[in-house]
Amino acid sequence: MICQDSEMLLEVRGLCASVNGVEILKGIDLTVRSGEVHALMGPNGSGKSTFAKVLAGHPAYVVTGGAVSYGGRNLLELKPEERARAGVFLGFQYPTEIPGVANSQFLRLAYNTVQVERGRDELDPLEFDDFVRETMKLLEMNPDFLDRSVNEGFSGGEKKRNEILQMALLEPRLAILDETDSGLDIDALRVVAQGVNRLAAKDKAIVLVTHYQRLLNYIVPDYVHVMDLGRIIKTGGKELALELEKRGYDWVGIEHRAAAVAPA
Amino acid sequence: MSAVTQNSYLARLLEGQPQLPASPSPWLNGLRANAVDRVGALTVPTTRDEEWRFTDISPLTKLSFQPARTAARLQAADIERFCLEEAATRLVFVDGVYAPQLSSAATGLGATVTNLSAAASAHAALIEPHLGRHAAFEDNAFAALNTAFLHDGAMIVVPRNVSVAVPVHLLFIATQKEAASYPRCLLVAESASTVTLVEDFVALQDVAYFTNAVTEVVLGDGARVNHIRVQRDGGEAFHIANCAVSLARGSHYRSISIALGGRISRYNLDVLQAGEGADCTIDGLALITERQLADTHTRIDHAAPHGTSRQLHKCIVGGSAHAVFNGKILVRPGAQLTDSAQSSRNLLLTRMAHVDTKPQLEIFADDVKCAHGATVGQLDNEEVFYLRSRGLSEVAARNLLTYAFGAEIIDRIPIASLKHRLEQTVLEHTQSN
Repeated sequence: MICQDSEMLLEVRGLCASVNGVEILKGIDLTVRSGEVHALMGPNGSGKSTFAKVLAGHPAYVVTGGAVSYGGRNLLELKPEERARAGVFLGFQYPTEIPGVANSQFLRLAYNTVQVERGRDELDPLEFDDFVRETMKLLEMNPDFLDRSVNEGFSGGEKKRNEILQMALLEPRLAILDETDSGLDIDALRVVAQGVNRLAAKDKAIVLVTHYQRLLNYIVPDYVHVMDLGRIIKTGGKELALELEKRGYDWVGIEHRAAAVAPA
Repeated sequence: MSAVTQNSYLARLLEGQPQLPASPSPWLNGLRANAVDRVGALTVPTTRDEEWRFTDISPLTKLSFQPARTAARLQAADIERFCLEEAATRLVFVDGVYAPQLSSAATGLGATVTNLSAAASAHAALIEPHLGRHAAFEDNAFAALNTAFLHDGAMIVVPRNVSVAVPVHLLFIATQKEAASYPRCLLVAESASTVTLVEDFVALQDVAYFTNAVTEVVLGDGARVNHIRVQRDGGEAFHIANCAVSLARGSHYRSISIALGGRISRYNLDVLQAGEGADCTIDGLALITERQLADTHTRIDHAAPHGTSRQLHKCIVGGSAHAVFNGKILVRPGAQLTDSAQSSRNLLLTRMAHVDTKPQLEIFADDVKCAHGATVGQLDNEEVFYLRSRGLSEVAARNLLTYAFGAEIIDRIPIASLKHRLEQTVLEHTQSN
């Protein structure tokens, strides 16, 4: 929901970043206030996932310019784990499999790390088990996933539900969900969307990176941004997503380039 | 020149041998005498020997070792931390000498668990066909040396159809500097019997000592043996061990060997599938750091048809440590329908850490399924980032991933208390690296 007087949560100014020496982000500007839901759309290769990873602090991506402030702090100075503890959550497009680490152990470690940061008590394995099983019920997840290695042998949909489970446990202030909808069947999509909507609150914000309008039937965005070639080239309301669904992305790029060359 | 030096080194190690009490069994004295002869004819292996190419044991030859002259007096409290609550039967050897006051034998096991010197005459008919017959010492200086010193050790005989419910724990404790010990174990699992054996090598002091062990395991038709070996010697210790296993028709041998300690350690495991349809699973984990060297050589000899073998060997190498793995799978002519898979996986934690791994297949039958592979790598950066993105520090993330790598082997140990203790050890190890 948009409230003009709500707190500025994320402010990205002229962000440039490269990976392996190739510049992918070429000056991104984005402002996210508490309570808002933003959808970040755009064709393949436009830099959406790179932007999400840069915000989470992936070490393979080098920030070459610009500034990012999060809750008044310089986000770019924080390590990935410090960002997570400060309430930034990245839902991975391709969640990593970690053989040998039980999902229950991983979830509890992550949960307790964030709890300590917030000055709350850690949960012991038994307490955590009760808590996590309740949360899994809401996400219609089979409790067997607790005993398996993190994401190992999970189907695409199970991995995405596991991401949403982590988000639900960690209660981030800023959740960036990178194509959480891709590869989901309609039931999984509904469950995932419910999980996201449950998180939505006045003091939190959500950035959805997505290709398709489909997810936006379930999670209604306040803003829709279109990325192309490493920049945000158009911003609109939820109706923009519907227009993109009908017309594709090409016209946005054409319009943007025309505006750029038009005489002042 | 160097052969002379090495010969005289083996001769010096043999110095204490004539002081061994003669056995009342002439065949045992004969076996020892043969072994003394072989020691005289053999030399300490060097890196010029193919089987020792990556393992330089010259640091061993710079020190002299003799059997401990006086037995350390240990109390039950001294060894409590090494005891396993599941193992009602425990034989304890202090610097290689059987310590009856520290040992405990459960009654009603249905099996014979005793020390060899007591058993040599009482159970000669059981022992003689096997002792020294499986662990060949003709060309193996260390097996010969152990056999030359054959006096005490552990003997376990599980009669036909008997299933021993609780594990048998052999605890070898080193207490003295420059002591040489020659642990020996013979396990005979008669047909359709079941037993779990734990061989556990520990130290009370971080000093240089030399353990040279030989184990022979014989499985009758359809027998099942779980064999767990934990080498957690002191960081200055030298540990060389040979284990020979013989599998009869339809028997199952499951081995898990863990190498944590020792300045230089070497474990040779030879498994012979002599009978049709035998099955073995051989897993190993070496977890070393600083300047440790841990070498595991295994050989699985498929000599009969329809055999299966599975092997997963892992090394976690930190500091400037060096791990060696050589795994030979031999499929003899006629061993048709053999099904074998072997994997060597290695994790290097530092730039100075080093591993030499050599899986080897030698196949002389034409209708077999054999797979093998080796990987050497560092922790996966994507996995580290995934954990960090959930709030774990980089150090915690790396520790957890290292731990998980080793836990895959440790989780296979069927004894809860030992598993738990080793998990703690791995956790402490990863945190100190």
